[in-house]
Amino acid sequence: MTHKPKAPTAVKMATRTAVILFVFVICFTGLLSGAYLWTLPAIEASAAEEKMKLIDEVLPRSAYDNDLLKDTVQIPASAVLGLDVPSTVFRARKGGKDVALVLEAVAPDGYAGKIRLLVAVNADGALTGVRVTQHKETPGLGDYIEPKKDKNKERPWIAQFNGLSLLTVSERDWKVKKDGGRFDSVAGATVTPRAIIKAVYKAAKYVDENRDRLYATQPGEPT
Amino acid sequence: MITRAELRQIAANGVWKQNTSIVQILGLCPLLAVTTNLVNGVMLSLATIIVMALSGFAVAALRNFIPHEIRIPVFILIVAALVTVVDLLFNANLHELYNVLGIFIPLIVTNCIVLARVEAFANKNPPLQSMFDGVFMGVGMLWTLALLGGLRELIGAGTLFSGIDMVFPGLQPLQLLPADYPGLLLAILPPGAFILLGCMIAWKNWIEARAAARRQLRTDTALAAGN
Repeated sequence: MTHKPKAPTAVKMATRTAVILFVFVICFTGLLSGAYLWTLPAIEASAAEEKMKLIDEVLPRSAYDNDLLKDTVQIPASAVLGLDVPSTVFRARKGGKDVALVLEAVAPDGYAGKIRLLVAVNADGALTGVRVTQHKETPGLGDYIEPKKDKNKERPWIAQFNGLSLLTVSERDWKVKKDGGRFDSVAGATVTPRAIIKAVYKAAKYVDENRDRLYATQPGEPT
Repeated sequence: MITRAELRQIAANGVWKQNTSIVQILGLCPLLAVTTNLVNGVMLSLATIIVMALSGFAVAALRNFIPHEIRIPVFILIVAALVTVVDLLFNANLHELYNVLGIFIPLIVTNCIVLARVEAFANKNPPLQSMFDGVFMGVGMLWTLALLGGLRELIGAGTLFSGIDMVFPGLQPLQLLPADYPGLLLAILPPGAFILLGCMIAWKNWIEARAAARRQLRTDTALAAGN
């Protein structure tokens, strides 16, 4: 008589498939964690590089010698800056001396929603640069706030802020010319610059009022 | 290895006969969401091609180790792991491309076409064939999504290639209809996608029906001549 293999019991079958599934899960989880760990440094580096590229536009790299991305302070959500979540302020220093602060600000009243800005203010309160990082203003009309889209390549609209400070420009001059201020605007699209000017002014004021706390190397608990 | 005839059959199936979007009607969720313009449709398809080729190859290579009863969870595991790995690798090594394709890669997880091909083809065929099946299914999706996206964009907004400057900086989208074209919102919204997809399916069926009628006519005349 030939030996007939016994039909596997249900328990045996279930165990077998469970073990196989388990092995698959282990293998592919291993693959995932391997890929994650292997790519992590590169992903972090490119995220940092992207941030630096943006910061370079508002603050020249020659102005400071510290590792700006590491020298940061967290600020709580603040209505003045239009931020509804905590945000990071980058601090530029040269030879240990305070040079500038780079911070985020939001203009909540753009023509089509919020306009996100990156603002750099140097140690004596003058703006070194402002960039729009995100906006939904009308293409071809309100989007001249981005230097890339601005027709005036020599002196883009957003460059008007460079060098200004609360000391050199009085509060009532932080307006478009149409409203009696000192800033140019494009006819037909004044809501956008109005929102940005207001937000930049508030950011400059925020830095002025909080400068000691923002530059402090051992920041206290955010209040 | 793979023979030329096999390859031709796989290609014909993927690009036309078993076209994912207009024959199998699979993967409609990303299709509706993404084909509001041509560039998006093409980008999603490119990302899908990569994932389908990889998952087809992986599943076919492992097919003899996968018990029949638990094949679906294992497939899902493999596909999801591969999508995530592709996402990470793109982010790390091809960061410029990732900025463009990145948002589409997670969308592929919602695309049942990947799982469908793995189950219908890769589960029963060798790795190389399965990889090409994935590629050509993706190519079939590429042209249909490009056509659908292009039509929706043209009818809905009067432009073509909007968003191309994200892929190739410096290129401008084409304004095909007059700048004061009011746009047709329906084409941009999901119902517009369904209506246009229906038209495309009808168009494909019409071509097939015409070809079949011609074949029929030829055999009829051949028979008549023979008698």
